[in-house]
Amino acid sequence: MSMTYSYYKNMQLNNIIFVYQGEVTADLVSSILQMVENKLEGEGEDRKVKKRVFNVMVECLQNVYHHLDALPPTDPSNPVRDKTALLMIGREEKDYYIITGNHVLNDRIPDLKARLDRINRSSKEELKQLYQEVLTGTGFSEKGTAGLGMIDIARKSGQRLGYDFHPVNEKYSFFSLEARVSRIPEK
Amino acid sequence: MRNLVIEPTSKTPKVILNADLGIFEITGRSIPEDAIGFYRKVLDWIEEYSKSPLSETVFKFQLEYFNTSSSKCLLDIFRKLERMHKNGNKVQIRWHYDSDDEDMAETGQDYQALLDVPFELVPV
Repeated sequence: MSMTYSYYKNMQLNNIIFVYQGEVTADLVSSILQMVENKLEGEGEDRKVKKRVFNVMVECLQNVYHHLDALPPTDPSNPVRDKTALLMIGREEKDYYIITGNHVLNDRIPDLKARLDRINRSSKEELKQLYQEVLTGTGFSEKGTAGLGMIDIARKSGQRLGYDFHPVNEKYSFFSLEARVSRIPEK
Repeated sequence: MRNLVIEPTSKTPKVILNADLGIFEITGRSIPEDAIGFYRKVLDWIEEYSKSPLSETVFKFQLEYFNTSSSKCLLDIFRKLERMHKNGNKVQIRWHYDSDDEDMAETGQDYQALLDVPFELVPV
């Protein structure tokens, strides 16, 4: 039990509103959204900011949810056997931040990295164009809407997406993604 | 044809498709994980309706939030309405949005630019 206080202090120090480590299900995603929405509501956050945070949160959480689904059943001999992820939401003086972390197959890293870099290089106008291309099916060729999710996160965030691939073993890495939403409404 | 009414949930919008009264509405939030599953019924209904539509169809959208999987489905709905319009039917899409929600206004403009059907932005 002696760890409890240090967990508490650590979370407080890092302005963490919410952190979850475990299996990601549709119900869990719903519960988290509900809880954080209530919290934003209760604290009288600016309406525009609140909407953006909620939007980015939906995309980030659902990205992880779909992403994990897309992973093939792992080999029993593989140490990474679970479908767990890390979900974290925090509030700093100037920004809200939403961080997700989950395992990805190493094979997927080059493509994922290329996409994130392209998004981070794009201007507001270019992101809008990219969004329309992917929406109408002429953008990066890939199944589903995962590509659209990240572009949308970047558009709503208005800031560069932070990311990292932490090597786990020869087959997997731990992918973390950070999206920030400014608490200062424009204009 | 049978009317289609879907009650809203915390993740899906209220849908009213009533050809008797001429009411076509999708309102609320649309953030389901499986948007394709949710919108299949809606798309099927519109497909059926488009075979013999009313003399005028005004379709109202008023969404508080929607996720990117829903955005593809919305485009599919708009495409069906666009086809009706191109076939010589009177069709109008009305995109209602909270007047201080710039993101939702911008999304409406994005769709407007992609479509060839009367598409009105209505700040509320």
